[in-house]
Amino acid sequence: MALSYDDVVARYEPSLGLEVHVELNTETKMFCGCATVFGAPPNTQTCPVCLGMPGALPMVNEKAIESTIRIGLALNCAITPKSRFARKNYFYPDMPKNFQISQYDEPICTNGYLDVEVETDEGAKTFRIEIERVHMEEDTGKSLHVGGATGRIHGAEYSLLDYNRAGIPLVEIVTKVVSSTGKYAPEVAKAYVKELRDILRSLGVSDVKMEQGSLRCDANVSLAPIGSGKLGTRSETKNVNSLRSVERAVRGEMIRHAGLLDKGERVVQETRHFQEDTGATRSGRSKEQAEDYRYFPEPDLTPVAPDATWIEKLRSELPEKPSVRRARLQALWQVPDKEMAAMVNAGAVDLVEETVALGADPTKARGWWLGEISRLANEAEVELSSVSISPKEVARIVELIGAGELTDKLARQVVAAVIAGEGDPDSVIAAKGIKVVSDESSLIAAIEKAIADQPETAEKVRNGHLPAAGALIGAVMKETKGQADAARVRELLLGQLGQA
Amino acid sequence: MAGKSRISRDEVARIAALARITLGDDELTHLAGQIDGILDAVAVVQEAAGTDVPAMSHPLEISNVTRPDLIRPSLTPEEALSGAPASEESRFRVPQILGEEA
Repeated sequence: MALSYDDVVARYEPSLGLEVHVELNTETKMFCGCATVFGAPPNTQTCPVCLGMPGALPMVNEKAIESTIRIGLALNCAITPKSRFARKNYFYPDMPKNFQISQYDEPICTNGYLDVEVETDEGAKTFRIEIERVHMEEDTGKSLHVGGATGRIHGAEYSLLDYNRAGIPLVEIVTKVVSSTGKYAPEVAKAYVKELRDILRSLGVSDVKMEQGSLRCDANVSLAPIGSGKLGTRSETKNVNSLRSVERAVRGEMIRHAGLLDKGERVVQETRHFQEDTGATRSGRSKEQAEDYRYFPEPDLTPVAPDATWIEKLRSELPEKPSVRRARLQALWQVPDKEMAAMVNAGAVDLVEETVALGADPTKARGWWLGEISRLANEAEVELSSVSISPKEVARIVELIGAGELTDKLARQVVAAVIAGEGDPDSVIAAKGIKVVSDESSLIAAIEKAIADQPETAEKVRNGHLPAAGALIGAVMKETKGQADAARVRELLLGQLGQA
Repeated sequence: MAGKSRISRDEVARIAALARITLGDDELTHLAGQIDGILDAVAVVQEAAGTDVPAMSHPLEISNVTRPDLIRPSLTPEEALSGAPASEESRFRVPQILGEEA
């Protein structure tokens, strides 16, 4: 029998460790001048350095160091005066060199923290996530497993390697053990990755697209009986490619661990892969121990020793923190706490801000993003930011409503059509022939027809029973195919029936 | 110095597994002795520097050798794949990965 989550957290205390990998958006790779364009044809962005050819020598991308230091500063880290690169040796064809250049015992940033807010039974609560380290490394190539089950490594007959991604600057951000979250562990994990993503986006150092893999999260989860003061054996779940999956993966692993522990079995320390479709995890390769990687200092690269003046300059140029920015926008737009939380939760803050910057009224912009567009995003099970309608298009729709050229109802049709890929609002309106029926004579004709069709209802309205007007207005809207402004119809109808 | 290192057969087996090399029983015994000999020979270097000499990872006392973030031409896929024993669809073709898990 599957355990319920409530049952699990009543008896076990979870501990988390989150490793986030973020691909930097530099023009070139970490150690060579190859381009880093996403989706380029296979092996068109490689050179002797990133292919690990004999005699080729790496040289560090200055911009990548700068971006990493900025990330460290934004996460309240100390910047190491002198840090070094190390070789992480392993035999796996995703790196042609048989090693990955990374940092080991001397990461460039250490000891930071990030505060995240989570809605609890007692209201919003801040959890401080301590950052162990931020270090630089290079991304690996992409494998395509051929034969056997589709795209899966198990049973594949051979693999095909594309090294375009090999060598792209990758920054790994590792938390210390996160405990004392209790039952909120899944929400805390999600809030952390979300806040981190917002910070990285505000710094402009990465595209932070989880679905394209430029932001990836590995979630380490362990359970121990409440009050034992111990840490249980952890599993590491990879392949967690959306914020929603972070939460699902942590919750799923907690339930799986508890099931094992209840039966007196051991949790195996291993890497597991998150299955997007089922929300479960599947066992991956058994994890090599750190000593198996035989880390040693990279002899082909010199240490990185950032100048203190440079660090202070970078610190002074950091952008407004997302949490500070949210508070400022909330005050500016005069949004109640609860609505602001909903906006943050839905990932709508940036979208609303851009829409407002394009001239839309903040309340109207918020209404569309949190209302109809969120509803359509939920239906399609995608993040709000992935819905294919832009702030510019929303601003245009708000403008058309304001100008009386669209009613709310017609605007919803336009929104749905834009999202369905039928073009921008103006071309959708032109193509569908959508227009508000503002020609009063045709409205009056429709109203007279409604009154003639429903004489008894009309009589009730004449006698002052206003709620009855709804049926007549409905008939008029039907007659005009929803293209009339309902408020104007009501006005005219009540006028006709002597109730204006 | 001779005979100071002691690499067990088990350690050789572990290293071989990490390197994805299959070794027979006689080879493990043979190599354990050989690796001992190699380590003993290299260990002589440790005598060259006293405790007053700090460890170093680079022969030159320099740091911050960097390059600007400017794109340089890459190889063509044909050039990149020219030395590959096998390729398919502009990709390097490699044998089954992690056969032990299949």
